[in-house]
Amino acid sequence: MRMRALVIRIIRQFKRDKRSLALMFLAPILILTLMSFVFNGASYVPKLAIGGEVPEMMEKAFIEQGAEVSRATAPEAEALLRSGEIDAFIEAQNGQIELLLEGSDPSVSRSVLLLLQESMKGLSPEGMKPNVAYLHGAADMSAFDNFGPVLVGFFSFFFVFLLSGVAFLRERTGGTLERLLATPMKRYEIVFGYLIGFGLFAIFQSVLIAWYAIHVLDMMMAGSFWLVLLVTLMLAMTALTLGTLLSAYASNEFQMVQFIPLIVVPQVFFSGLFNMETMAEWLRWLSWIMPLTYAADALRGVMIRGVGWADIALDLGVLSAFSIAFAAANIAALRKYRKV
Amino acid sequence: MSNEFVISVKGVSKLYGGKTVLNNISLDIPRSEIFGLLGPSGAGKTTLVKMIAGIEQAQAGEIELLGTRMPKLEMMQQIGYMAQSDALYADLNAQENLEFFASLYGLIGTARRRRIAEVLSLVNLTDDRHKTIGQFSGGMKRRLSLAVSLLHSPQVLILDEPTVGIDPVLRQSIWRELDALSRQGTTILVTTHVMDEAYKCHRLGMIRDGQLIAAGTPAGLMEETGSESIEEAFLKYGGVSQ
Repeated sequence: MRMRALVIRIIRQFKRDKRSLALMFLAPILILTLMSFVFNGASYVPKLAIGGEVPEMMEKAFIEQGAEVSRATAPEAEALLRSGEIDAFIEAQNGQIELLLEGSDPSVSRSVLLLLQESMKGLSPEGMKPNVAYLHGAADMSAFDNFGPVLVGFFSFFFVFLLSGVAFLRERTGGTLERLLATPMKRYEIVFGYLIGFGLFAIFQSVLIAWYAIHVLDMMMAGSFWLVLLVTLMLAMTALTLGTLLSAYASNEFQMVQFIPLIVVPQVFFSGLFNMETMAEWLRWLSWIMPLTYAADALRGVMIRGVGWADIALDLGVLSAFSIAFAAANIAALRKYRKV
Repeated sequence: MSNEFVISVKGVSKLYGGKTVLNNISLDIPRSEIFGLLGPSGAGKTTLVKMIAGIEQAQAGEIELLGTRMPKLEMMQQIGYMAQSDALYADLNAQENLEFFASLYGLIGTARRRRIAEVLSLVNLTDDRHKTIGQFSGGMKRRLSLAVSLLHSPQVLILDEPTVGIDPVLRQSIWRELDALSRQGTTILVTTHVMDEAYKCHRLGMIRDGQLIAAGTPAGLMEETGSESIEEAFLKYGGVSQ
């Protein structure tokens, strides 16, 4: 009897909390859908540039194997490799095949190598081996080196988002936010106070994560440690402002946690941890609205390709724009309590 | 201008989710008065005091504090507000909580230290100042909340159910302190649903279902209804026959 009463109570509580109910059913479907888009995407089409010496017969074989092929001179090809427009450059010199790989994504490098192997099967029965060189990375670069920079950003984002969100939520539900607004404190002072207070912890967190990844996990690190810190800190600021803003739409800690599958998990899929080019084209725009995309791009640039300030300035600018927009929205949202 | 009144509420109404929480409330409170808002929970007392404290919006009517239309950021310095729920940081101790709020009101250095010591002794928490709020009893939290509202020596004190969970001895001493403050010129607006506290107010406003059903001195209200007690008077104004 008591158990029955308990079951009825739980059902009633769930009926009142439609959000949690929706999450319970819709979130797994959402995540499964996203994963199916990611993993069932078309197989990757390598983009190659070939030099003038490469025989036409070989070009045909590459196209037959499903590659996108264009002709380029060596300097042109190197520029294309740097900008990421092609994956590899193939040149023939004195009957020897020279392969230059872009190299920052091991799975792409592998598919190019496989393609080359398949294409040459029918052409050179004597088993001629190509010389392979890498623009970035190296043959021994692991998948972890490739997605590690994204993970560095992700963990920073995830924990700052959750912690700041819950802290601000507690301020709201505990009545202290209202109490703060009954003092002469200005609304923006509250938001920036949070930004600075949590920002300090975010700095420590960024230092720890970056240091651990590079020195303990031996993640590939081609660029400046300070730039890595700057990027993770900017991302943490975005997480902080987004977390505090969204806490307005949660009425308890559990509802804050419910934002994880909605806000945090999709960013993993769309930020470049998985190759976006194999994803349905109409879905790719999603990556542009996700802060982690920009941080991942900048972190990969610095850690794998060793790029400098100028190459990540745009990413940092977008992250700042996100932070400013979220902070402004939060200041405006506090008007609900006090108009001035 | 209603400069002679410290708190002036004119025709204030508030709707919440299609339901009228406050309906056309008007009241004036002169300097140094202890004005009690009496009514059952859910009557709209808290909504009204929050509006006066500037942290809730009215849909109609206006509220003036010391002649200034609310809400106004500068007026927040003149108000000491004690919310119904104890708005304290559970991970901090009493001293740290007071230091935080004192800083928000612009108190610094020795002035801050002195004032914190004063309010701590006023609410009898000097010996407990290094305990974290998590270890505080309900009554201790109420007292510390009161101490927070007194920190900046405000001209207007707005106290929402200040003595809930406080033992009778301490309740007496808090009321003595409120009396002393009012004699020094502080205007005090206090909500309560404890009838015996109602007698200690200079004037009372009775609220039921968002309506101000009566206002006057405790003696006057009892006389007008021919009642023996405030409770009886309240029921008579509310149209409940006994």
